Amino acid sequence: MSLTNKVTAEDVLRISGVDASRCMQCGKCSGACPNYDEMDLHPHQFAALLRKGEVERLMESNALYQCLSCFACSQRCPRNVEPAKIIEAVRLTVIRQKGRNYMTADRLPEKLDEDLPQQALVSAMRKYSK
Amino acid sequence: MNYSYYPGCTLKTKAKELDIYGRLSAAKLGIILEEPEHWQCCGGVYPQGEDEIATRLSSIRALAAAKEKGQDLITLCSACHHVLKRVNNDMKRNATICQRANNYLQLDTPYRGETEVLHYLELLRDRIGFDTLKSAVVNPLKGVNIAAYYGCLLLRPGKEMGFDDPEDPCIIEDFIRALGATPVKYSQRNECCGGYLTLENKGAAQKRAEAILSSAADAGAEMIVTACPLCLYNLKNNAKTKIPVKYFTEVLAEALGVKEEL
Repeated sequence: MSLTNKVTAEDVLRISGVDASRCMQCGKCSGACPNYDEMDLHPHQFAALLRKGEVERLMESNALYQCLSCFACSQRCPRNVEPAKIIEAVRLTVIRQKGRNYMTADRLPEKLDEDLPQQALVSAMRKYSK
Repeated sequence: MNYSYYPGCTLKTKAKELDIYGRLSAAKLGIILEEPEHWQCCGGVYPQGEDEIATRLSSIRALAAAKEKGQDLITLCSACHHVLKRVNNDMKRNATICQRANNYLQLDTPYRGETEVLHYLELLRDRIGFDTLKSAVVNPLKGVNIAAYYGCLLLRPGKEMGFDDPEDPCIIEDFIRALGATPVKYSQRNECCGGYLTLENKGAAQKRAEAILSSAADAGAEMIVTACPLCLYNLKNNAKTKIPVKYFTEVLAEALGVKEEL
């Protein structure tokens, strides 16, 4: 589905509050990421592509939905870049657009089991839909 | 001593043990936990976007209610603690977020992050003290090897959470020691359990849980304790290796002699 609204690198920087120009591409964030194998783009690439203004590529990445928000990347960044905030800001620019919710409530019943805590549903809906 | 207490959505439903054993133990230690009448769900995840205001409001309402009572706010669930603590930091340090949130809320007095948010474990460590806790134990858990599972949300980002050393924490091990049990350290204790990804990518969540369980098993753990309902779910349900996983409040209640069958 094509996006309705054009998103710029400035939009992402404004939402994230992050200074991506501080990133020196050391890769420590991606090395720390516990879900690295599941992502087509990795935390250090989010910082690099954002600096190049390649926001559309970031918006198409599956990493937006594979990030665990565990903050390992942000914790271990030696330059205080906080890659988790960049990934979150890009995800917001996608799911805020009409028809771009990644998870919808009608898909939840098939995912339920008896032990599943409410916290899982609340968290996933906050991450994946608007 | 009276504190405001924010239980959160899951502690009223799937994680009743975390809540009830926490309350029973607090009462035994002379702590009165007062639950605000109209708290709302924190949303489970901290809204990292700086322009996200509505998703911060439920936390601010709970924080402002505690301020009105002149009390610190105690949390138990790791996720609630993470969200409330970071939103409170925003209200202290980010003037734009603070102003926009107050514009929505229209409180009698604007809220500016005055409340102190304390996790129950911080209450035990910093206000009660693990030495006092140790002397209150009537049923020491002697000879039990317990592995602390910290996960992400209590620790990171360290400069915001201020909970413990984010790479080499010791608070839960010290807690285990105070109960008379033996703490077991293992490499995966502060790595992610898979979180909400259990709904979106089960395979990846299973890999995370197995890495944690097998690491704890290799170190000789007979039990794992956690403060997070979603961690407990993932560690119990998503790994092939099986070790009993309990809330830390359950072992606390057992050691204090106030555990009841639920």
